[in-house]
Amino acid sequence: MTLLERQYEQMLTIRRFEETLLRLFSEGKLTGTTHTYIGQEADAVGVIAHLDPERDVVFSNHRCHGHYIAFTGDLFGLLSEVMGRSTGTCGGKGGSQHLHRGNFYSNGVQGSIVPVSTGIALAEKEKGTGAVTTVFVGDGTLGQGALYECLNMASLWSLPLLVVVENNHYAQTTPRHLAVAGDIRARGAAFGIETDELDSTDVEEIHSAAQRAVDHVRTTGRPFFLVLHTYRFSPHSKGDDFRDPEEIAQRRAHDPLLVAGARLDGDVRARIDEAVERLIAETVEAAEAAPVAGA
Amino acid sequence: MSGQPRCVQVLNGALAEIFETRDDVILLGEDLLDPYGGAFKVSEGLSDRWPERVLTTPISEASLFGVAAGMALRGRRPILEIMFGDFIALGFDQIVNGISKFREMFDDQVAVPLVVRTPMGGRRGYGPTHSQSLEKLLMGVPGIVVVATSECHDLRALLVSAVDDDRPVFLIENKLMYGRPNRRPVGGYLDELRVVETETRYPALTFSGSDFEGGAATIVTYGGMLPIVLEAATELILEHEVFCEVVALSQLLPLDLEPVVESVARTGACVTAEEGGLTGGVGAEIAARVQERSWGDLRRPVQRVAAHDGVIPAARELENQALPGVRDVIDAVAAVAGVRI
Repeated sequence: MTLLERQYEQMLTIRRFEETLLRLFSEGKLTGTTHTYIGQEADAVGVIAHLDPERDVVFSNHRCHGHYIAFTGDLFGLLSEVMGRSTGTCGGKGGSQHLHRGNFYSNGVQGSIVPVSTGIALAEKEKGTGAVTTVFVGDGTLGQGALYECLNMASLWSLPLLVVVENNHYAQTTPRHLAVAGDIRARGAAFGIETDELDSTDVEEIHSAAQRAVDHVRTTGRPFFLVLHTYRFSPHSKGDDFRDPEEIAQRRAHDPLLVAGARLDGDVRARIDEAVERLIAETVEAAEAAPVAGA
Repeated sequence: MSGQPRCVQVLNGALAEIFETRDDVILLGEDLLDPYGGAFKVSEGLSDRWPERVLTTPISEASLFGVAAGMALRGRRPILEIMFGDFIALGFDQIVNGISKFREMFDDQVAVPLVVRTPMGGRRGYGPTHSQSLEKLLMGVPGIVVVATSECHDLRALLVSAVDDDRPVFLIENKLMYGRPNRRPVGGYLDELRVVETETRYPALTFSGSDFEGGAATIVTYGGMLPIVLEAATELILEHEVFCEVVALSQLLPLDLEPVVESVARTGACVTAEEGGLTGGVGAEIAARVQERSWGDLRRPVQRVAAHDGVIPAARELENQALPGVRDVIDAVAAVAGVRI
């Protein structure tokens, strides 16, 4: 499988997984909440390709399924966690937003995860593991003061921390212009941190930018602040989408799956599509058969 | 008494011992570096000896709790010094939504073995935001351990145990305690009082002026209130021939109720004494549990002694009026014991 084929397959897996969650919700088979990653798949796939799950650490946020799948490949653990099964990644205690497996962590409070990631990077530096710790935040999290405390410390202490800001332009329902003043990238630069910025849904472009970012952290041991402008096609959670349908339609023309898929051979793409559909169906079947947590 | 080291020296020596015996411990906090050595000098001399293991930080408490949590998740044993206990308020997101939850919500796949050391307490004229005893705010956070030090506890053992603990431990120190001798019982006695100590990780001390032959009441206390309560208990004996037992807890959360229940079974009455504010205080939790467990032993409802619900003023007399003193403890004992004093 070529790199692009694998990237397409991963993105499609995330897409179908998230669509399946929304379907299961509508069928009453899921309770609680979820925050789907639909539209942002190229970010997770482009960045996480450069990380070693055995050594590196990823800390994600409420919108964590894409990162989790790209880093661990564990669809069954994730789906059964979200479905409240004892086979879930956290035995059903965490649910959609609170995941841990191996070197992957997520938590549901905005800004809360950056301090913990900073401490992880500090510990890994002390231990001399060479690990890169990557924390994913959104434009909404730019409102949290703890983020800036941590940019300050990560720079002061030269920590191997990659901060990825996925700017999907909305903090839940609040558009960026009502919540974020000034320039996003400049926030990292202000602390003497190397930065980069990309406005793309092209997984190959994101892959290249992320390569530079991860290499920088890996070779210098210093932090990096990577801003990826993106867009989510689905609601923040469920039933809370008040955006202009015209705007969403325009963005959908740049769907990362269309961009990558257009570069693939038709037969190859069809085979991948079919394999992903099958994998998702098998995962749903297995999770539905798994024991209910607490039963 | 003068032969006993001051509490600050004991804690400082324990930190040095921990550095000598463990290589996974780092101390972080504000203004820790020598020659200053921390606002209350507990870390004095450490950064000179172990420059790579004492990390002085920006003023960023909201994040520092999380930084410590991240280090603990990855196998380190950080000790976070928070300069004034009042500043834990800045860290509550990390305490409530991270530190206390990671272990259980990640299905016991992780541990968060960190220690937060912080001084609480007033009587130094520091005013409303530098004098509080806020450990009561931690009492409602399951998943953490809250340990109160006192001048009569084995401070070295408490600190070493906290660092050895795989759970997150909040070690409550006290500003006045630092400068006082670490008055340990000798041969089962502290002055004229018999003392027994539980053989638990975070022991409770029970003091009796009547050789545990019963008494008028059990006074449950901890931390900086202990010397005040002991003074009150001594005065009750000498001036009024009223004998009490005093239980000095160190483990507040999960609440170490057994020594209290055992003492109340002997005395039949209970007073709680804390320096923190009355409403929703540590004493409220103790009172509720004692009434659940010891109802048949109690002659009267549990009485609470605590600070008034309001700010702790800076001016000395106003501060004294706001904080509980010897008189308040004596009055509460008189009330539950049904004696006129």
